[in-house]
Amino acid sequence: MKTVLTSIPKLKSVCLAGTIAALFIAASAQAQAPIKIGFMAELSGPQGALGKDQYDAFMMVVEANGGKLGGVPVQIIREDSQLKPEVAVQIVDKLIEKDNVPIITGVTFSNIMMAVHKKVVEKQVFLIGSNAGPSPIAGAQCSPFFFSSSWQNDQQAEVVGKYANDKNIDKIVTIAPNYQAGKDFVAGFKRYYQTPVVAELWPAVTQQDFSAEIAQIQAANPKAVYAFMPGGLGINFVKQWAQAGLKGKIALLTTSTTDGIGLPAMGDAGLGVISGTFWGPDFANPANQKFVKDFEAKYKRIPSQYAAQAYDSALLLDSAIAKVKGNVADKAAFQVALKAADFKSVRGDFKFNSNNFPIQDLHIFEAVKDGQGRYTLKTIATPLKADKDAYFDKCSMK
Amino acid sequence: MLLGLIFESLTCMTLTLWLTQILNGLQFGVLLFLLAAGLTLVFGIMNFVNLAHGSLYMMGAYFAAAVAAKTGNFLIGALVAVPATLVLGIVIERVALSGLYARDHLDQVLATFGLVLFFNELVRFIWGSSPVYSPAPEWLSGAVDFGAGISYPAYRFAIIVVGLLVAAFLYWLINLTRIGMLIRAGASNAPMVSALGVNIKMLNTLIFGLGAGLAGLAGLMAAPILSVQSGMGEAILIQTLVVIIVGGIGSIRGAFLAALIVGVVDTLGRIMLPIGMAKVMDPSIAQAAGPAIASMLIYLLMAVVLAFKPLGLFPVNASR
Repeated sequence: MKTVLTSIPKLKSVCLAGTIAALFIAASAQAQAPIKIGFMAELSGPQGALGKDQYDAFMMVVEANGGKLGGVPVQIIREDSQLKPEVAVQIVDKLIEKDNVPIITGVTFSNIMMAVHKKVVEKQVFLIGSNAGPSPIAGAQCSPFFFSSSWQNDQQAEVVGKYANDKNIDKIVTIAPNYQAGKDFVAGFKRYYQTPVVAELWPAVTQQDFSAEIAQIQAANPKAVYAFMPGGLGINFVKQWAQAGLKGKIALLTTSTTDGIGLPAMGDAGLGVISGTFWGPDFANPANQKFVKDFEAKYKRIPSQYAAQAYDSALLLDSAIAKVKGNVADKAAFQVALKAADFKSVRGDFKFNSNNFPIQDLHIFEAVKDGQGRYTLKTIATPLKADKDAYFDKCSMK
Repeated sequence: MLLGLIFESLTCMTLTLWLTQILNGLQFGVLLFLLAAGLTLVFGIMNFVNLAHGSLYMMGAYFAAAVAAKTGNFLIGALVAVPATLVLGIVIERVALSGLYARDHLDQVLATFGLVLFFNELVRFIWGSSPVYSPAPEWLSGAVDFGAGISYPAYRFAIIVVGLLVAAFLYWLINLTRIGMLIRAGASNAPMVSALGVNIKMLNTLIFGLGAGLAGLAGLMAAPILSVQSGMGEAILIQTLVVIIVGGIGSIRGAFLAALIVGVVDTLGRIMLPIGMAKVMDPSIAQAAGPAIASMLIYLLMAVVLAFKPLGLFPVNASR
């Protein structure tokens, strides 16, 4: 009996000590708690290759820093939006309400971006887009919580239009799938290419075989064709183009067609195709040299532009989190830190415009074989220097 | 008005372009036929809805691309891909689908849709999520010259030739052999064939394998002109379903003619509608509406056929 009586206070004190210890552990864990970052992209299905390159490059930075960004541990929550806007909205709800993430990044397609953008920025969660840049969010719907590490969609078409204009190519046919992005890219091309185009072809977005369109192009016999044929469409179109014997006869100017993902699947058919974007693997700046070398060593392939964009988004977050010393809850300070863009971009100079889209050079590339016989892109011109997108005027942020 | 449209487009298309487009339509048609032949037999004889038929087409393309990449020879790839897809089809039929014949169509759709998802992820797992390169054979890289300034890509011409040869082979198989007789009998009245002592289970497996092999052949022939990637079978499956419905479910002859009709209508429609409409109405409206209507054309065709011949153009058994 006695032993029991004496043991109770003992037990109490042990409990108390334990509780206090637990409290201390909890407190210290609070300080060390990783910043949760939601990474949402198209990771499955036919277009999954884009999201995979984004994710691989982003994680390469996180892993190289020992699981930290800006010196603070981060926990990356990987989510696959499956190219379905309704799935993306559910994911964003879950990330914000359940996981309480302060930052969401990735986002591959424009329709997904349009589905989630308003929701995320209204909850004052930071959205770092590393691919899609549809025009509304660069213009009237711009937000201080959104930052783009890639481009505004039109820029990649405008640079090709400028190039065609500079080269005085006088007879051009355009071809793009018959949906919103197709219309936007052709409009972007025509913004800088001032000669009226000979014809515009609008195949269905689900179309696989372009023999009918190619025969029409042959009949029109233009000097060049401007094509926006993303993903598998581009591979089909470029292969069929070469088989029809047009390769080398009619110049093929493109956007989002011969990217680093499609190029290897085109083989020799892709060689000589001209494309326009913000970055190529042959850039000589040290940041890019390191990126390409590390990426090839780790993943055994040449990084695509999607990888470059996501790599930059990780570097951007790294720099901004370091500036606020991990305190991303101070939203005003974190906005300033992100806006400073104090990192070495793989594209060279990088600065945010008033609408939080990059002010950047845009280049023209030719598809070539490198020393090892791999298909890659070679920079051949830089028609647009320190280019601002066409919509920042409509953004209320100054 | 439609006649006017056609006339307007005819007058502004050169003869060369016109013939090239007909060849393009035929080429697309025979590709559809290879897929439709297998699908229509499985649907017609076993009364089984197989959404995974597009996946077999995709596997054929991947097998051919993978073997061609390893050996550097397209023909070896082709020779491996057809039997490989055939065997794969038989395995799928035995393992996953044979138990579902008695179930209703919804169960079959669910199961085969599951297979579609499975195969899409399987190819991503094995060959990666980036599209795979498949070369066309060097000796078919040129163009065939028909004289009078008409030339056509040799590879596409080869597809037409192979497609027609397969059609001739199937004609012989279905109409002039004992197996063909059983297949025809099965399409008309499967329980009766079974009651007569024919091993209908064996016949089903054989038909499924044959269909799979033909889908694989279509896939491997499409590989050099289309992008070989996960999910490539879904788009063409929908057009294939249109073909078998227009042709009459279960009829090879129907599938053949419907495939050629759908191929030519789709191809010519895409060209003629925008041109023709631009002649008779405001070009900006034609520019917007033309491609949209052209992409609906084969479905309109199907609707018209179903309105007048609900069992398709060549119903196997009109009394049913």
